[in-house]
Amino acid sequence: MKILVAVKRVIDYNVQIRVKEDNSGIVTDNVKMSTNPPDDNAIEEAVKIKEAGKATEIVAITIGDDKAQETVRKALAVGADRGIHVKADGIIEPLAVSKILKAVVEKEKPDLVFMGKQAIDDDCNQTGQMLAALLNWPQATFASKIDVKDKSLEVTREVDEGLETIEVNIPAIVTCDLRLNEPRYASLPNIMKAKKKPLDQMSATDLGVDTKPRIEQIKVEEPPKRKAGIKVANVAELVNKLKNEAKVI
Amino acid sequence: MSREVMEYDVVIVGGGPSGLSAAIKLKQLNPETNVCVLEKASEIGAHILSGNVFETKALDELFPNWKELNTPVKTKVTKEKFLFLGKTKSFSWPTWLLPKVQKNHNNYIISLANMCRWLAEQAEALGVEIFPGFPASEIIYNEDGSVKGVATQDMGIDKEGNKKDSFESGIELHAKVTVFAEGCRGHLGKQLIKQFELNKGKDPQQYGIGLKEIWEVDESQHEEGLVMHTAGWPLDNKTYGGSFMYHAENKQIFLGYVIGLDYKNPHLSPFDEFQRFKTHPSIKKYIEGGKRISYGARALIEGGLQSLPQMFMPGALLIGCDAGTLNMPKIKGSHTAMKSGMIAAETIIEHLKNKKPLSIYEEKFKKSWVYEELFAARNVKPSFSWGLILGIIFTGIDQILFRGKLPFTLSHKHADHEALMPADKMPKIDYPKPDNVLTFDKTSSVYLTGTNHTDNQPVHLHLKNPELPISFNVAKYDEPAQRYCPAGVYEVQKENDMLKFVINSQNCIHCKTCDIKEPSQNINWVTPEGGGGPRYGNM
Repeated sequence: MKILVAVKRVIDYNVQIRVKEDNSGIVTDNVKMSTNPPDDNAIEEAVKIKEAGKATEIVAITIGDDKAQETVRKALAVGADRGIHVKADGIIEPLAVSKILKAVVEKEKPDLVFMGKQAIDDDCNQTGQMLAALLNWPQATFASKIDVKDKSLEVTREVDEGLETIEVNIPAIVTCDLRLNEPRYASLPNIMKAKKKPLDQMSATDLGVDTKPRIEQIKVEEPPKRKAGIKVANVAELVNKLKNEAKVI
Repeated sequence: MSREVMEYDVVIVGGGPSGLSAAIKLKQLNPETNVCVLEKASEIGAHILSGNVFETKALDELFPNWKELNTPVKTKVTKEKFLFLGKTKSFSWPTWLLPKVQKNHNNYIISLANMCRWLAEQAEALGVEIFPGFPASEIIYNEDGSVKGVATQDMGIDKEGNKKDSFESGIELHAKVTVFAEGCRGHLGKQLIKQFELNKGKDPQQYGIGLKEIWEVDESQHEEGLVMHTAGWPLDNKTYGGSFMYHAENKQIFLGYVIGLDYKNPHLSPFDEFQRFKTHPSIKKYIEGGKRISYGARALIEGGLQSLPQMFMPGALLIGCDAGTLNMPKIKGSHTAMKSGMIAAETIIEHLKNKKPLSIYEEKFKKSWVYEELFAARNVKPSFSWGLILGIIFTGIDQILFRGKLPFTLSHKHADHEALMPADKMPKIDYPKPDNVLTFDKTSSVYLTGTNHTDNQPVHLHLKNPELPISFNVAKYDEPAQRYCPAGVYEVQKENDMLKFVINSQNCIHCKTCDIKEPSQNINWVTPEGGGGPRYGNM
């Protein structure tokens, strides 16, 4: 069984995001970038499945500028066998990402496609679903547990009501939740070895995909500052304020 | 326990200006040399903090064509000011009356973090292997006592010291020569100085703490290329320190404050002095209405030549501010750090090729312009132990009339941790509350540093005696750690009428001030799990 894992390079989750002064986007120059955290869970799960003898090959793929290669190398350092870097500049919307992934799936013919449930930069949470639709494959989103069966997967999903367990036939798309596992560290010798693992490069045009944005981004703004809270003296005052000022009861 | 071993010709600990320059020079001299650089930050540059007005002397030698290489050295200094601040007034010192070392007209305003990122790119292009996120946590010795290399930190250890599922053992890196370039108060450098008595016969090292913020301001307040320094308020005549304000590109102002860690008053808080400083009318006018976008702090070396340890030892070299090559009156250490790394590379190549001893480092260093600079600068910092005014008068005579050639050398008498006076003998300082416009608290400041340490890991700030903060420091010094730490790591809390010393190690921005200033040297800073600490952008 072959697993394709999509990983994305995003601003590190510890970095405080700053909006550009002209509201045209966010500042990314000299900002620490990392792998999208749930994508780390996706890679980890694929590696675990391979270690359990249930998969034979893991291919990590990313889409982005030259620096996005680092993200694939990181995936190779924690256990992916081979990498693909689809070169594309600028904003690549989920639909374009799905179309690129579809083209790669048709070439690579994996049995499973794993990715994070959403990317922490645009929070779209669309790529997995769109890819499933384009390929007409079953999908299991927000996975927090995956059991590989003979020709299917039993997946526990994190849903609003709690946990939902479903079974999907292989081939399938799985989007991974942070609770799925604890990603391993890349060890120094494995980082060295990863530098020698094969990494194919191609462009979106090579795959026949038009990545032109379909959405026009008008402006990016910081969320409004939260006002400081106040202390009330007693319950009566609280009720009064909720009723007359906040008008919520 | 046996660990995996990797062999290199040269292992460099620390990806700052000295370590990266050493790596580059090694590859330039002999491309066959196997070189790797270990860096504790999550990426090169993320733990670098500096003013920085950059003198290009070392860069000119390392890359004579640097101007064609898209170097992040772009903003030439166009104008200089030096102000003496009173509480509300200021007095501008004519720049023609500044000693030559403090003139900056050929220098550039840069972000040293970006400079290091650029140096790392050059190094990698030459074949240097750079491993960010891997702190060297331990020195490995040969049987004969010489340095064999270093070991990286184990990853995936919980608070109690147990291995987590994600545990990944550290590995040993063995090298023909190991270069320690951790920056000021490197935790391995500190061990080496002790082990090989590298500071024997030298004055105690002197340190400072530097705090820095980056502000984005309106065009009307910004004068690209302006370099301004101040002395005086809010510090008293007895406390060594001053500010810098550099107008960089993109309407940014690099604003900072440096205070000598030999300050005496345990009530002093460097962080709050810096915050208060920004409210001075001469400073406020530049940043009012602007936005603070970055914050950080780092200890720096001020001891100069008198305190500079021997920089070679069997199997290893100690370079940059891990030894202490900063030129204090120039307020610059990047060019000297780079040069010390380049001399290290030359030494190592001769050592590997012609079996010359590493001690040739010293001869080379003494013949270099770094030594010349540090020699001329040597008397400035100690003269300020007489107070600001006498210090300035002496420095004027020493630097302007004699150009650093006075026939004597003043010494540093005490280590910084010995300087504190008992709390009840010193005046309390009433710092104003932050207004969240110009001045801020530590919590919101640390937030801007992007600092994080993985949860559930051992505390990396070790107390030799865990009782001491409460049993001794509180009564005698009102536990100064609460104030000298610029990140709010240390707190004294009251719980059921009992005092409790709390270490919020996840806040630590790796400045090393506690390791230096703790009066009994009770705090030992060790490396946390790799990748932890601040994520500085263009600091």
